[in-house]
Formats: sequence, C-alpha cells, structure tokens
Amino acid sequence: MAQIFHHSTNTIARVSIFGAVILIALLGYVAEVVNNSPYVTDVDVAQPQPVPFSHKHHVGELGVDCRYCHSSVEVSSSAGMPPTQTCMTCHSQIWTQAAMLQPVRASYRDSKPISWTRVNAVPDFVYFNHSIHVAKGVGCTTCHGPIAEMNITWRAQTLYMRWCLDCHNAPEKYLRPRSEVFNAFYTAPPDQLALGRRLVSEYNVQKLTDCTTCHR
Amino acid sequence: MTNRCERRNGKTRGWTSAVLGLLLLCVGCRQDMHVQPRYNPYDPADFFGDGQSARLPVAGTVPRGDLITGPQELLYTGKINGALAEVFPFPVTRQVLERGRARFEIYCTPCHGMSGDGDGMIIQRGFPPPPPTSFHIDRLRTSPVGYFFNVITNGFGRMYPYGYRVAPRDRWAIVAYIRALELSRQASINDVPEPERQKLMGESR
Repeated sequence: MAQIFHHSTNTIARVSIFGAVILIALLGYVAEVVNNSPYVTDVDVAQPQPVPFSHKHHVGELGVDCRYCHSSVEVSSSAGMPPTQTCMTCHSQIWTQAAMLQPVRASYRDSKPISWTRVNAVPDFVYFNHSIHVAKGVGCTTCHGPIAEMNITWRAQTLYMRWCLDCHNAPEKYLRPRSEVFNAFYTAPPDQLALGRRLVSEYNVQKLTDCTTCHR
Repeated sequence: MTNRCERRNGKTRGWTSAVLGLLLLCVGCRQDMHVQPRYNPYDPADFFGDGQSARLPVAGTVPRGDLITGPQELLYTGKINGALAEVFPFPVTRQVLERGRARFEIYCTPCHGMSGDGDGMIIQRGFPPPPPTSFHIDRLRTSPVGYFFNVITNGFGRMYPYGYRVAPRDRWAIVAYIRALELSRQASINDVPEPERQKLMGESR
C-alpha cells in the first residue's frame, strides 16, 4: 500500500511541534521585554515639563532638603507638590528676569497653579502612602532614583507590583536609618543586610504582603 | 427549512454579539479600575471654575481646634491678648530642641545658614540679604519669642511666609532652636556641664 504522507512530512511535523513551543516561548519573551521597556514603563524617560525644573540644581548643587518643597511627605499619603508661592520664596529675588521662569511668575500673578506632568503614578486601585514609608526607613532615592542627578525628572522604577513586593517581601534589602531617609546622596553600606535586619526589628517593620495592604 | 435556518443564524448572531459585548465590558473594566471616577491629590477638575479639584475653605473658616482666641491664641499666633508673647506655649524639652533643629535645617538654613549667621546657600547665590544678616545681634537676642513665631508664620521683608508649610508646633520648636543658637554665642565655658567641659578642654589642648 502506498504511503499516504511523503517522507518530508516527518520533518515538517517535528519542526512545527518544536517550532510552536519555541514560537510561544519567544512571544512570551518579547512580551516580557516590551513590558519592561521604557516604551511601556517610562523608566529613564525624562518628561517634558512646563518649567524645566532641575532637581540636579536644587538638590544636588544647592542642597535644598526634599521637604522644603514636598512638605507633606512625612504626614500624608501625598508627598505634596509645592504651591507656586514656594518657588517664589526664592525666585521673587533671584532669576527674576529669567525667561524659563516666566510660567512661574505668571502662575503667581494669576493665582493659577502650574500644570506639571506627572512622573510617578500608580493605578487608582493602589493606595500608596508616603508617610509610612519614610517613617520606616525607606529612602527617597530608593524609589525615586538618583534625583540629585536629574536635570529633568524621570521615573526611576517601573512601579510594577512585583517591584513593590520585592521590598515588601524583604525590606532588609533596602532600609536605611531614619536619619538618612532624605539624604539624596546615600549609598548602602556593604553590610546592608545586617543593617537592614537590625532596622527591621528596631523600627518594627512588618512584611505586609496581604492584598488588602495596598488594594482596598 | 427556511425558518430553522433563520433561527440558527439568529442564534449565532446572538452569541457573537454576546462575546463582543463581554469583550467590550472587559475593556471598560480595566480602565474603570485604573482610572476611577474620583480625584487624587492635585488632579485637575472641569467641574470647578478654576480647574482644580482641591478646594480652598470658604473665607473665614476656622478648622476645628484651631480657634485662635483664648488659650489657643499663644500656640497659633505667638501672641497673648494681642501682644507678642515672651513665653512658649509648651515646655521646651530636649526633644523639642532636636525637632526644632531638624526643621530649622530644612526650612531656614537655605538662607539663614546652619548657625543663623545669614550666610546660607541661597544668599551666596544672590538672594539679597536682609538688613540684619544674623540672628546674633542685640535686637534679635532681646526680641520676644512671639516675634520669631510671627515672622516664620507671616514672613518679614523679603522673606515669604512659612506658616502654610510648617505646623505651629514645629514653628515653636524652630524658635526654641534659634534661642539655643543665640545662647550658644553668649555662653561661657562655665555653662557647660562638668563631664562635657572636661571633654571640650581636652580637645582644645
């Protein structure tokens, strides 16, 4: 009896079976790469702003404390964006003719807030609170990156849930002494894990990984 | 026959639209949860004329507990019966001084410098210094504490008010720390407690 299938069918069958596996794996890999790329996450992408505010200048060069402008970060869920009055505290006297500060002066004159472009945001079903994180020894730059080097601010982390959980599962990897939380130039010591474990017990840091910790 | 055929077609169409509808619902769900119909801090709002979701209290609103008359007057205004107070509204402890130092270093040092000499970074960068460039002058050493509290709250000369971002108790803590800074320039070695004195004398030798 004549064979129904040609010899080459064996090869085609093998290629299509293994090919399908490889193709699916490849698709998964590509999806993962795209999902983690700045194209999707905005990480490392400097966002254009109405005023080219430089954290590098104000924090890195002048040494202004984070809380000088983000004054509610220790007591509120929101770190607080400074009202134009805070900008004008200094800029009523210095750089008063600078063209790049024209929107700031206009905002102060007309009592209309400056519309900044948001750099870091979590979805509305995530209830993030700044005050508890800084109170437990999470430094500003742990999440916000090398802010003292940013001429125009960019997002330093994906803010994906797995990124949150990385720290919520093992806070000792990132905690610093409370006195260093607002230090924009902090580098973790070589014995970070030992320090972290000590701070976890000293600050009574719990490993909060219940869904309801963040999703309410 | 025709009837049955039509019925089957109708059924298929029903299924198709049901699946499509479910898909549409899914799309809707995701957006609804990501962007919920509520205002986050600083969100813009079309509803109000000024485009902001954050509302200012009606003029003349007094927050509960913030009555600035009677016993609260001192804490919130730095005055007693309208006159600048010579006393603090609460005891000045070491904790208060340390809080004051921390707040001073955040909000005051950019202009006034770490020790109140008026040589902060912003002054170095061109902010015109005020006539008294230092806390360590007779006029300020003899000013009542309520005077400092008022200047922090309402501003003075080119200095903008800080009342809106430094809470009243923190303002008092800063005043206490300014007093400590002033005292440090007037103190003699005899004011230093014995063990500390030994240490200092040892260092200077």
